[in-house]
Amino acid sequence: MIEIDGLTKRYGDKTAVDGLSFVVEPGVVTGFLGPNGAGKSTTMRMIAGLDRPTSGTVRVNGKHYPGAAAPMAELGILLDARSVHPGLSARNNLLALGRTAGIGRRRVDEVIELAGLGEVAGTRAGGFSLGMGQRLGVAAALLGQPQTVVLDEPVNGLDPDGVRWIRLLLKSLADEGRTVFVSSHLMSEMAQTATQLVVLGRGKLISQSSVEDFTGHAGAGGVIVRTPEPARLGQVLAAPGVTVIEDGSDLLRVSGTTAEQIGTAAWRAHLPVYELTPAQASLEEAFMQVTRDSIEYHAGATR
Amino acid sequence: MSAVMRSGVALAPVAPAPATAAGPVSQVRVVRAEWTKLRALRSTKWCGLSALVLIVGLGAASAGSGTPYHVSPGVSAAAAVSSGLLGVLFAQLLVGVVGVLAFSGEYGTGMIRATLAVVPARLPVLWAKLIVLVGLVLPVTLLCAFVDFFAATAIESSRGGSAISLTDPGVLRIMIGASLYLTVVVIIGLALGALLRRTATGLAVFAGVFFVVPIVVAALPHKITGFATYLPSNAGGALWGNPLTTGHALSPWAGFAVLCGYAVVLTGLAAWQLCRRDA
Repeated sequence: MIEIDGLTKRYGDKTAVDGLSFVVEPGVVTGFLGPNGAGKSTTMRMIAGLDRPTSGTVRVNGKHYPGAAAPMAELGILLDARSVHPGLSARNNLLALGRTAGIGRRRVDEVIELAGLGEVAGTRAGGFSLGMGQRLGVAAALLGQPQTVVLDEPVNGLDPDGVRWIRLLLKSLADEGRTVFVSSHLMSEMAQTATQLVVLGRGKLISQSSVEDFTGHAGAGGVIVRTPEPARLGQVLAAPGVTVIEDGSDLLRVSGTTAEQIGTAAWRAHLPVYELTPAQASLEEAFMQVTRDSIEYHAGATR
Repeated sequence: MSAVMRSGVALAPVAPAPATAAGPVSQVRVVRAEWTKLRALRSTKWCGLSALVLIVGLGAASAGSGTPYHVSPGVSAAAAVSSGLLGVLFAQLLVGVVGVLAFSGEYGTGMIRATLAVVPARLPVLWAKLIVLVGLVLPVTLLCAFVDFFAATAIESSRGGSAISLTDPGVLRIMIGASLYLTVVVIIGLALGALLRRTATGLAVFAGVFFVVPIVVAALPHKITGFATYLPSNAGGALWGNPLTTGHALSPWAGFAVLCGYAVVLTGLAAWQLCRRDA
């Protein structure tokens, strides 16, 4: 579990993270979304104790992480930028980290296999491609079998095979009861892997909810119904809390009820329905809508 | 918030803590980790090998080219041994590189974030690097000094002279002193690397303090360079008889104490900064 309370980080007069408070629960994959410069990486560095908060607290598994007796059992982290020594082989990079927790070659070789680095384990990490470097970083995060796993942009630079590997990995870690906190700018990736979302904009918390709630709240949502009898179906569906908007000659946009209820009601009233589509906004649309005001660097902004 | 709490509770019933492979961190374990890195890095091997070649090679070359390696009216045993250790002047640069790189290499590559993430208490990393560097440099340079000595005496004997022996006054102190000097130099390099973080800056400052400043100062009138005695290279040089030190020198152990003072202050600053600054 990660508990963040009133977390603030200032660099000079620039506030990177501003009064952030949220909780990441174990047993589920929690996505961390936000535009570039929103403060995701800074937050993750503060979770690992690499950056000192200006104010506020971070607790990992209920503890102050820098004071943990067995840090590698508590937290494994992959940071956005590379954090391996190019002059050391993949195996020695991992061994050098593992030794601090009494982890030996056997476990190191295990994560090397897990990460699909078996063939390059003995070569210097400096020659690794972005994808292999990323696999090595993930291997390092998993090395201690930590209770909490924090990954900053894990699918960056991975091939489709690697992306699928990460997706399955995250789910299995969560299924084991671990806390999994993953940032990504790939909304579609988050939609497939995460069940919970923390959304950040300009260092502030914009939303924390399940992926479903997030996409449901934002955007039009509702159900799109195509019928030759829009007026009559509209009357049938009319109920407190239900909004029906006639949209064109044969389309209704209905919110406040489900596709199942609309279909059943239409069938009972003997009204034909040609199409019945839950118009859920995609995570991407929802994200764009929610963060529109807080995007720090607008594309094409004039200087 | 409420949605999260609800689903969090629903999806994650109280489960036993998942299996872990990691034990508690300890100073001994961090030392082993740092030794794993130092041993595997090419720069360590090359610097160690080069130091050996420089110290022994220059010593043997100077003995072979006729520099007396025996006691004569103008040359004490100590002075002869010191001049035979000329290579230390160059080896200190290599030792400084290894020291600076121990931290700057990690800052430059980003590995420092991985290192400090697994040892978030941070200070054990500094102590571990210090221990492995001392544990490497002290025996290696001691070996260099002794090989240098025996090579030079062998050359002297082959010329038919009666060479210096280890029991001559000051000889052992100078040989062990050269090794101690280089060991403290690696600590100063380590502290500079931790404080400055960049390899280029660290090496520039190190080379400036140990090479450029002493040479510049030696060329200036003594009136304004009274402090020269207290420069790290000159103060530490008193212990092993740095042949380039001119003018007034401190007593051997007083000079070494001054050198250690620099190392202690710089290491203290490095420790403070390591804890205080963001990684």
